[in-house]
Amino acid sequence: MKIKSLEDLEKIKEEGLKNLSGRQGKKRGRITVAMGTCGISAGAKDTLMTIIDELDKNGIDDIAVVQSGCMGLCEVEPTVEVQIGDQEPVIYGNVGIEEAKRIVKEHVIGGRILGDLLVKKSAQ
Amino acid sequence: MPLENTILICAGGGCISAGEISVKEALENEIKKYALDGVVKVVETGCMDACSLGPLMVIYPEGVFYQKLKPSDAKEIVEEHLLKGRVVQRLLYKGPSGEIKPRATEEIPFFTRQVRIATRNLGVIDPASIEEYIARDGYFALRKALSMTPEMVIEEIKKSGLRGRGGAGFPTGLKWELTRKSKSDEKYLICNADEGDPGAFMDRSMMEGDPHSLLEGMAIGGYAIGAHQGYIYVRAEYPLAIERLKIAIKQAREYGLLGKDIFGSGFDFDVDLRIGAGAFVCGEETALIQSVEGKRGQPVQKPPYPAQSGLWKKPTVINNVETLVDVPYIINKGWEAFASIGTEKSKGTKVFALVGKVNNTGLVEVPMGTTLRELIFDIGGGIPGGKRFKAVQTGGPSGGCIPEEYLDTPIDYESLTSLGTIMGSGGMIVMDEDTCMVDVARFFLQFTADESCGKCTPCREGTRKMLSILDKIVEGNGTMEDIERLETLAVTIKDTALCGLGQTAPNPVLSTLRYFRDEYEAHVKEKRCPAKSCKALIAYRIDPAKCTGCTACARACPTGAITGEVRKVHTIDQEKCIKCGSCFEVCRFDAVEKLDAVEVTADT
Ligand SMILES: Cc1cc2nc3c(=O)[nH]c(=O)nc-3n(C[C@H](O)[C@H](O)[C@H](O)COP(=O)(O)O)c2cc1C
Ligand code: SF4
Ligand code: SF4
Ligand code: FES
Repeated sequence: MKIKSLEDLEKIKEEGLKNLSGRQGKKRGRITVAMGTCGISAGAKDTLMTIIDELDKNGIDDIAVVQSGCMGLCEVEPTVEVQIGDQEPVIYGNVGIEEAKRIVKEHVIGGRILGDLLVKKSAQ
Repeated sequence: MPLENTILICAGGGCISAGEISVKEALENEIKKYALDGVVKVVETGCMDACSLGPLMVIYPEGVFYQKLKPSDAKEIVEEHLLKGRVVQRLLYKGPSGEIKPRATEEIPFFTRQVRIATRNLGVIDPASIEEYIARDGYFALRKALSMTPEMVIEEIKKSGLRGRGGAGFPTGLKWELTRKSKSDEKYLICNADEGDPGAFMDRSMMEGDPHSLLEGMAIGGYAIGAHQGYIYVRAEYPLAIERLKIAIKQAREYGLLGKDIFGSGFDFDVDLRIGAGAFVCGEETALIQSVEGKRGQPVQKPPYPAQSGLWKKPTVINNVETLVDVPYIINKGWEAFASIGTEKSKGTKVFALVGKVNNTGLVEVPMGTTLRELIFDIGGGIPGGKRFKAVQTGGPSGGCIPEEYLDTPIDYESLTSLGTIMGSGGMIVMDEDTCMVDVARFFLQFTADESCGKCTPCREGTRKMLSILDKIVEGNGTMEDIERLETLAVTIKDTALCGLGQTAPNPVLSTLRYFRDEYEAHVKEKRCPAKSCKALIAYRIDPAKCTGCTACARACPTGAITGEVRKVHTIDQEKCIKCGSCFEVCRFDAVEKLDAVEVTADT
């Protein structure tokens, strides 16, 4: 088949996209775990692994999990920032394993912000 | 049944030589064993830019990144990951401080700090699938270009600020315009894929991982200048790139994206390969033209420039692979997208092959204006083994080195030139405290002296002469006059050589003399190699206070230079020692010392 027009090209693009869709990095949101020295010594590694596990368990692949340096909130480490869609990011403090599980279940899946874990809304 | 997992396995050169093929075979066997072949797809991609971690794979939809794989790991990956959905922790990437980073592309700074334009499809698409390329907006730029006038296309490229990525940084739009304006019945476009710099593999990776981007860039360039035939000049040492390009050309022809009347626009353009034998000088554009014409690859005098009289004496554009691969992006996204990245005079991104004494070796694409420090330390992960950074060489044998005090220099054409080096095609060799700068200069000069085509005297004789002086210095026989002669020769060759090879060959010497003159002088005056690297100027000795008499060194020594009884202090016979360093490596008690030879001869 010869491609002669934009329409022809679009058609092949659609076909090709089906192949690629499984691996395109289109993300719905992102969770950032502060992994500065302070965070790590407060257990941020477990927090990070729990979040990844929980996301995996629930088959969520459109949330990026990223690490950052210290957010400057050392006294409430581990801290986790959650940003979904174009909502304002929120920061949770003292996030241990249980809290991490709740964040995934209630915030990421349920869409409810966990008031009791909130440190502050970022970008203030 | 819908696909449940796609496994991208890197089939770039680095991973292939690390054993990718056997890993892939083992993986496919395991997949078949569990009858998963209907729901799991294994795709080979181009270089994923993390060659030091190869063989490697990314499993989607999760995007889990497994590294340093062996065929024996396949079973666990299939049983644990694919069947049970559990990540195999032991195969994940661990950062320098040991933290585990399961998802490659979002978490490892090596990936996150990069901006991917030229490498936009590397490791993402299957290079053998034109459909996947089209799915990533491939050939849309060609369609768009064909709906514009050639002048508009040239204007777009000019405004983007794109400059040649092959070495000199000549503005691409201007080159195209000059060629467009040359009157002729026939014109040509040649892609320079010779990539002769030792240690460079950017162009190869792009051709292997995303061959259609190059073809599309060439077709757009051909349309802009009025050419109907393009050639890719690629070295025979790149068999995989050649194979993938051949497949890509065939696919593009089948879809009518190369050939007659592309997109019904009336524009004809085709691409053929020309295989070079891999001589460095054939990367020089006039020599390259000779070689494509089937003649011996020797440079000819410029002017006339190829834009007026090139291949078969017709106006010809010669562009580097990366330059052409940037083109579809610019046409698709508009010149502003490209021009918004980079510095005032250097726009867009540049791909570097980061090699040498750096933790994360591999391909990196960064915005122009990124500092060397960010590139080497943040992305490259710094120097291994707690060693100190000494210098970085850019521009290969035509370039020079940059010492520590200039690490905060933003990378662009002008700033590198002002430091006495060049952007070059993107080779970046990191050197640590154990590297002798005189020896580095010698290494590059050895290369250029060997690769000199011999046509002009300054290059043929001059580089040999310089090499013999450098040999003398690293042997410890140099004099201060030798250093002066080296400088005079360097300047003369620069001014009088016929082609770029000779004109730039002295650069490694001039730049090491500029920043590390003290090292040259130490070799000459004190007969000492400060990096303790030049064999003639070092000696090994066993410290009697530390030696436990374990005999490890004596057993390792290839010449029997070490004697001593078990549990007694060992000694090295300096006459027999060939300075291979084996004893230094094996001693677990740090008893073997590496010293300046002058020190050892003085006290024995
Ligand atoms: C000795 C020598 C070797 C060269 N090798 C290459 C090469 O391997 N690849 C390349 O693209 N340009 C190489 N060049 C630069 C080319 O002559 C030419 O400037 C370049 O291909 C133009 O393309 P660009 O404007 O897209 O950079 C070399 C130049 C010299 C003098
Ligand atoms: S290996 Fe070291 S400790 Fe053992 S005999 Fe040799 S120098 Fe002595
Ligand atoms: S440097 Fe090599 S040759 Fe010399 S003593 Fe040690 S092992 Fe033997
Ligand atoms: S070859 Fe596999 S990452 Fe470079």
